[in-house]
Amino acid sequence: MLAATNATEEHVHSTFASRYVRAPVPRFKMPEKSIPKDAAYQVIHDELMLDGNPRLNLASFVTTWMEPECDKLMMAAINKNYVDMDEYPVTTELQNRCVNMIANLFHAPVGEEETAVGVGTVGSSEAIMLAGLAFKRRWQHKRKTEGKPTDNPNIVTGANVQVCWEKFARYFEVELKEVKLKEGYYVMDPEQAVELVDENTICVAAILGSTLTGEFEDVKTLNDLLMKKNEETGWGTPIHVDAASGGFIAPFLYPDLEWDFRLPLVKSINVSGHKYGLVYAGVGWVVWRNKEDLPDDLVFHINYLGSDQPTFTLNFSKGSSQIIAQYYQFLRLGFEGYKNIIENCMENMKVLKQGIQNTGRFNILSKDIGVPLVAFSLKDSSKHTVFEIAENLRRFGWILPAYTMPANAQHVAVLRAVIREDFSHGLAKRLVAHIEQVLKEMDGLPSRLQHKKTERETQEEVFRYWKRLVDRKRAGVC
Amino acid sequence: MVLSKTASETDVSIHSTFASRYVRNSLPRFKMPENSIPKEAAFQIINDELMLDGNPRLNLASFVTTWMEPECNKLIMDAINKNYVDMDEYPVTTELQNRCVNMIAHLFNAPLGESEAAVGVGTVGSSEAIMLAGLAFKRKWQNKRKAEGKPYDKPNIVTGANVQVCWEKFARYFEVELKEVKLREGYYVMDPAKAVELVDENTICVAAILGSTLNGEFEDVKLLNDLLVEKNKETGWDTPIHVDAASGGFIAPFLYPELEWDFRLPLVKSINVSGHKYGLVYAGIGWVIWRSKDDLPEELIFHINYLGADQPTFTLNFSKGSSQVIAQYYQLIRLGHEGYKNVMENCHENAMVLKEGLEKTGRFNFVSKDDGVPLVAFSLKDNKRHDEFEISEMLRRYGWIVPAYTMPADAQHITVLRVVIREDFSRTLAERLVLDIQKVVHELDALPAKLNARLATEKQEQVKNGTVKKTAIETQREITAYWKKYVTERKSNNKTQIC
Repeated sequence: MLAATNATEEHVHSTFASRYVRAPVPRFKMPEKSIPKDAAYQVIHDELMLDGNPRLNLASFVTTWMEPECDKLMMAAINKNYVDMDEYPVTTELQNRCVNMIANLFHAPVGEEETAVGVGTVGSSEAIMLAGLAFKRRWQHKRKTEGKPTDNPNIVTGANVQVCWEKFARYFEVELKEVKLKEGYYVMDPEQAVELVDENTICVAAILGSTLTGEFEDVKTLNDLLMKKNEETGWGTPIHVDAASGGFIAPFLYPDLEWDFRLPLVKSINVSGHKYGLVYAGVGWVVWRNKEDLPDDLVFHINYLGSDQPTFTLNFSKGSSQIIAQYYQFLRLGFEGYKNIIENCMENMKVLKQGIQNTGRFNILSKDIGVPLVAFSLKDSSKHTVFEIAENLRRFGWILPAYTMPANAQHVAVLRAVIREDFSHGLAKRLVAHIEQVLKEMDGLPSRLQHKKTERETQEEVFRYWKRLVDRKRAGVC
Repeated sequence: MVLSKTASETDVSIHSTFASRYVRNSLPRFKMPENSIPKEAAFQIINDELMLDGNPRLNLASFVTTWMEPECNKLIMDAINKNYVDMDEYPVTTELQNRCVNMIAHLFNAPLGESEAAVGVGTVGSSEAIMLAGLAFKRKWQNKRKAEGKPYDKPNIVTGANVQVCWEKFARYFEVELKEVKLREGYYVMDPAKAVELVDENTICVAAILGSTLNGEFEDVKLLNDLLVEKNKETGWDTPIHVDAASGGFIAPFLYPELEWDFRLPLVKSINVSGHKYGLVYAGIGWVIWRSKDDLPEELIFHINYLGADQPTFTLNFSKGSSQVIAQYYQLIRLGHEGYKNVMENCHENAMVLKEGLEKTGRFNFVSKDDGVPLVAFSLKDNKRHDEFEISEMLRRYGWIVPAYTMPADAQHITVLRVVIREDFSRTLAERLVLDIQKVVHELDALPAKLNARLATEKQEQVKNGTVKKTAIETQREITAYWKKYVTERKSNNKTQIC
């Protein structure tokens, strides 16, 4: 594409000697001219070196490592647009198989060779929105046949919900009735939840694997209490289980825990394929109990890709790679494989937890039963806070998030380390050693929280604080 | 990662992949298998099944990119384990997204200062982009009506009947009424005058399409803008415009820079474009740009802190891969303005080669225009003996996937075949396709006519939309079974090439 007379010279230059790496990178306007592909590759690759290392990102539940064979399959499928069901029938069938397998895992009442009702999505956010839409529409139909108003739907959840429930509520104009948390109890209280249910409630959402502490909510108690209330009121309020994290843990580690379709009021469940489904970011699943729970008027039929195609998702075109990867994992690992991996995660979680407890400086908020993560807070936050610990750990390359709990426990601040498949025993030990080191260093530093500062002192301090944060980030990553 | 602990473990790893017992078993379809299997077996089994999918590069139904440079594939693979939403952990990736937003906003002539950050976001595709834009319009309109003390329970949106299905989804999921301007034979896009007529006080916006899915035509956004400005003056409703530039957004600025369709028109408040169509990136990325901060209500933006720092988020999807965003930035700086222009010009020329080749056969009418998205949409001049669906099926034998479909209301009696010209559809392939279409037409000429074709056409005119589609397909299936017999006979007689 270069029309310059010195084109041969361009090819001869080593990438880092060419003029392309001397020019500032375009940030606001598209550049006029093309550049050679190696220069483009190198420029972008080098900037990305300053991103965090995904595998040291302990903030995220989302998978960061897959086997090379699976990487091969993903790369081969990268140019397949998933929505072209007619053109890629095998890929579509792989999705259907995954839906069947997941529905069976969750004890959906389907026959031996019956296809389950469900769909693959881009993540649990889309899955939750689809499930919520189905509940809203069913509730509206029911109210209309009863001749009652349909303009004030609400949904009952705990204040510990992940942000996508709040998005769902705001975007789809459903009121969010949150059961507040309290210190020491960081999930939704089933009794308080059932109390909040009224005739406008489209569903109650329980979480299997709370984002904040990894705890499983007691879905069985919720189901039993709600059944009683439904008998009294006749409202038939259903339950949705947000099993984004827990859906691929409970069936393998706690098969006797009743949280899924074994409970009669549970009508739909979502799970993230890209969390403990062990696939890279970009796939989630939602499964309905049976056909009646998914209103037909939400399903669209199109024909302009060549034949009739039913579609019920928010996204249309998207890649096929993650769906294929999910089927690979099911086939490759099977029940025993998933069980082994999650058991490993739990073991490593215990190693980390033990090491943190041994420092004697932390309270542990996460439970042993739940998602393999360790959430811990400082016993004494008067001199230094968990936010400082998180900052200092960045120097070593670790990304460990610190955050405050939602209402009514906002005074509690925690650090959370999520244990994924690729977080080994060795790394757990190393993290503990680094935490100990950081604590020692901080003890030697004066506290920032002691005397009342003048305005100028505060300004200077804020400035220094942020400068340090930014500087450390560059030194600590990749 | 854990192999089964049976005594035959060593045997298993020695066996050649196709000799192992894993490929002898039927594949699990309903329940997760109990045991693990070796990774090579898993890879081979899945890879082999997928061989029976269509070849993406011969899929002429799709606008979505099917080829990228190997350097970009490398970047994509490196970023496959980066969860895009972790903005605090991957600040460079987040910045690459912001740069893309800025570049695209400038491409669309958004009223921005030299170093001002544009208002926009990367999405998983135009569907999400359109839903976000529609949400913003709906919320702005509701706020306005509340302030005026008027009812806000009946929002509607005005579009043409040629809209892509995601507008219908938006309308149904977000409870907005869809007021469609019907098409007519010979005019397959939204008529601006009729659209403006349909606008009332409950209209949250008018959606124009730059690059209609059906025939690639660009709608006359300028005319729509001018007519709507006049109406707004009379009514004071201030109805805005959204341009769905899913396909056209990366074509018009390079091939038709003088065409005024973007933020140069004052009523255009938001635009969406698919990065994965003529943005030349693999499936999974779209962009939506707003004119200014005022056009995106603050209350729709969420702030979360549990990933470690304050993060604003306004998308429907949360976790997703970062690869496509990085690939988009790669394309924008790798190709630049000049590169995109060259690619689009090539596509346009190849479209013309295809069209001329088909014109020479003398058997087709053309529904697509020369200006617009580079595609060729054509129908048979005489479809009483054989119709477009048959041609589409027979082309499959050669490996081509060319869709045939009926137009929406009120032109349902028109059936078209559509070939989309993407970056990787070369001139040689265009010429080969013409040859294969000629072969198919000759073969069909030799076959007797279908009696069912006329019956199907008559049925369609009497029945509602949904049922029409079913009837056509049932008829299709009957016809296929019928013709399979003939085709098999011919195959065994001639040495005709297949696929």
